[in-house]
Amino acid sequence: MSTQPVAAPPAPEHRTSTGLDNVKLAMWAFLGSECLFFGSLISTYLLYRNRVLDGPRPHEIYDIPYTSVSSFVLLMSSVTMVLALAAIQRGDHRGLRIWLLATAMLGSVFIGGQIYEFTAFVDEGLKLSTSTFGSAFFVMTGFHGAHVTVGIFMLLSLVGMSLFGRLSDHDGPRKVELIGLYWHFVDIVWIVIFTVVYLIPTN
Amino acid sequence: MTQPAIEQAPREEHELDHHPEPRQYVVVGVWLAIVTALEVGIYYIDSMRDLIVPFLLVFAFIKFFLVATWFMHLKFDSHLFRRLFVSGLVLALIVFAIVLVVFLARGGAVPEISGG
Repeated sequence: MSTQPVAAPPAPEHRTSTGLDNVKLAMWAFLGSECLFFGSLISTYLLYRNRVLDGPRPHEIYDIPYTSVSSFVLLMSSVTMVLALAAIQRGDHRGLRIWLLATAMLGSVFIGGQIYEFTAFVDEGLKLSTSTFGSAFFVMTGFHGAHVTVGIFMLLSLVGMSLFGRLSDHDGPRKVELIGLYWHFVDIVWIVIFTVVYLIPTN
Repeated sequence: MTQPAIEQAPREEHELDHHPEPRQYVVVGVWLAIVTALEVGIYYIDSMRDLIVPFLLVFAFIKFFLVATWFMHLKFDSHLFRRLFVSGLVLALIVFAIVLVVFLARGGAVPEISGG
């Protein structure tokens, strides 16, 4: 008996036991673990910020107007990020690329500001090894800056994928939303750092 | 009788369709800018020195809440995402509390680190 070639059945729609996208679930679990990571760094800073035997004390070197502007820039990058998501949800790829590039640019301005701030602090005598305060400050803000930098690369990757037609109308919104979640998380971590580290006075 | 969880799958697409409009995102962005301005403004008011910490914490909470609920869509998405995220936050606070208690048990002294 000869076998007839049979067309492959269409791939079944991806279903999960929770009814939720597993990748999005994993992203939220990752963000939950990142809360612990940054929570530990911020806690360490709070416990050690008054331990300055050598070098400048926190509020002798913080430039609040300068940091306020860079905080505002990062906050506004969250607005451009959600506008990018809204653009791809309505199939507007040009709008998506514009808003993603705006987000990446605002993130780059923030990172540029952080590099300038670190340079100014080093010039004023605060280095990673100057005091426990210096170590806690540079490790915490440095890790945050590294997260923002990774986010910028992910945003630029999305722009490239959109340019080369790798973001379909079907799964494109989900990919943008996942990167957006990461970006907003980095933003809310800075909301906490800006208040707790920069604005709340030390003893 | 409860429905099997697998039959709830279409809900996700439904939720994606109910994300806010761009105009609403911009309105939230304006509120974030206003709260940030208040936050920085209060820092420079000398008469508020005694109350600055609670005010700043409230402002930070408002900003955190706005970004998490509107921009990260916790207000619109599945409650499971919210639980995962809040679990991380609560665990972080518990870790901080435990470390603080350990330090207080040592007489309130932060352990010495050479060079610090």
